[in-house]
Amino acid sequence: MSQFWEQQLNAIRETLLMMGGLTERNLALAMRALVERDDKLCDTVEAEDTQIDQLEIQVDEMVVSYMATHGPVAKDCRLMLTASKISNNLERIADQATKIARRARELNTEPLLKPLIDIPLMAEIAQEMLRDSITCFVDQNVELAIEIIARDKSVDSINKQTHRELTAQMIEEPGTITRALNLMTIAKAIERVADHCTNIAEEVFYLYKGEDIRHDHTLKGPAPSA
Amino acid sequence: MPTMTDPASREPSRVTSSAALMEPTAPEPNPHFIQVRDYSFFYGKTQALHGVDFQIPERQVTALIGPSGCGKSTLLRNFNRMNDLIDGVRHTGDIVVNGQSLYDPDLEVIALRKRIGMVFQKSNPFPKSIYENVVYALRMAGQKDRKTLDEVAEQSLRDAALWDEVKDRLHASALGLSGGQQQRLCIARAIANRPEILLMDEPCSALDPIATGKVEELIHSLKKEFTIVIVTHNMQQAGRCSDKTAFFYLGKLIEFDKTEKIFTNPAQKQTEEYITGRFG
Repeated sequence: MSQFWEQQLNAIRETLLMMGGLTERNLALAMRALVERDDKLCDTVEAEDTQIDQLEIQVDEMVVSYMATHGPVAKDCRLMLTASKISNNLERIADQATKIARRARELNTEPLLKPLIDIPLMAEIAQEMLRDSITCFVDQNVELAIEIIARDKSVDSINKQTHRELTAQMIEEPGTITRALNLMTIAKAIERVADHCTNIAEEVFYLYKGEDIRHDHTLKGPAPSA
Repeated sequence: MPTMTDPASREPSRVTSSAALMEPTAPEPNPHFIQVRDYSFFYGKTQALHGVDFQIPERQVTALIGPSGCGKSTLLRNFNRMNDLIDGVRHTGDIVVNGQSLYDPDLEVIALRKRIGMVFQKSNPFPKSIYENVVYALRMAGQKDRKTLDEVAEQSLRDAALWDEVKDRLHASALGLSGGQQQRLCIARAIANRPEILLMDEPCSALDPIATGKVEELIHSLKKEFTIVIVTHNMQQAGRCSDKTAFFYLGKLIEFDKTEKIFTNPAQKQTEEYITGRFG
């Protein structure tokens, strides 16, 4: 089917995919900037963020234009609503990537506080959630969407654990406060990324099943034992 | 045997604001007011409807949608047995309105049509004055009392949201009205007899957006008193105006549900493909 309006719907989907790809890349670069202590990567992440911001605006413009001219119903109507929400969540994930890059740049000016283990681990889970949230949108895979939501608790749990450890470190050695706070901010940013991925997964579920599963806490998996 | 309400017994509503009448005394709407029971309809050898089975609620707007030739207008015209006028038609199954079969041998078809008003795609005012158009059915029924006729004319035109526009020229020709006004005049004429059901066959297809908006507003207000069944090709209109929507395809009822459900998350793929414009 290649009718004019179907092409417009495809253009919205493709712009979302492009946005998802760029956001995924920026998040990966931000984490590399932290782990590899590379300031140039921090600059790249900041520069790329503008492009993602522009794509968010572009998606909203396409959605408004389609709604105004086509009066979409049923799955097309749901696509309009979810496209706008998904692009907003992707833009916020990109903002979190920028935040990670900025904090990484500050951390790079001082010696490493401690070996980075938990933060890259939670970032790995969050990156996989992001990748899968785009995949479930493309593949219309609602089962995968549910799986993504269940992973959010793992990230929350590592974030809490990281905060506890860093708080203890700050009490023990006040000279580490600046670095510890930067790491805490990064952990929190990754935790927010996972939240946004969960939001995207919920939107994908609504898009393809027509059922609203937001705020259904039974879908979130049990917190893994520490 | 249960019978439909005699129009004469409903006479007070002619002169009373429909809203004022309904609020204190109206019984609960019957959710099974029109029952279409395993209904099939044939034009000669051609089967137009295949075992259609659903129930239309009282005092709500039910939209019949579907591509051309799907049988929606055929069904609508069977609600007042207009198709009886065509040679070689036959049916199986039944249509029951307010407890009485439309095919009850004791039912007088003329009386039935008084109780079920109809508005057509193209406005069709009689070449008479605005006033005479509205009171025409009452005059035919033998009503001669001038006061009663005046009251019915005013109330019907008010109910059709036309009174303010025509009250100073009631005796001018109806043919001088705009298209939108003519259609609302036809609605006023259709409700002058206070029918139980109002059938509308694409009532806005020949109207501009302003006139369409007025008729849709009118449909919304009329459902307080009348059970309305509307055939429309305009998906947006079905979404805006109706409480329930029935989707027909190739003479079969594919899906019948609340309009909100049909237009946000229909259960059947065919329904979704049609309302999103992917086929039909």
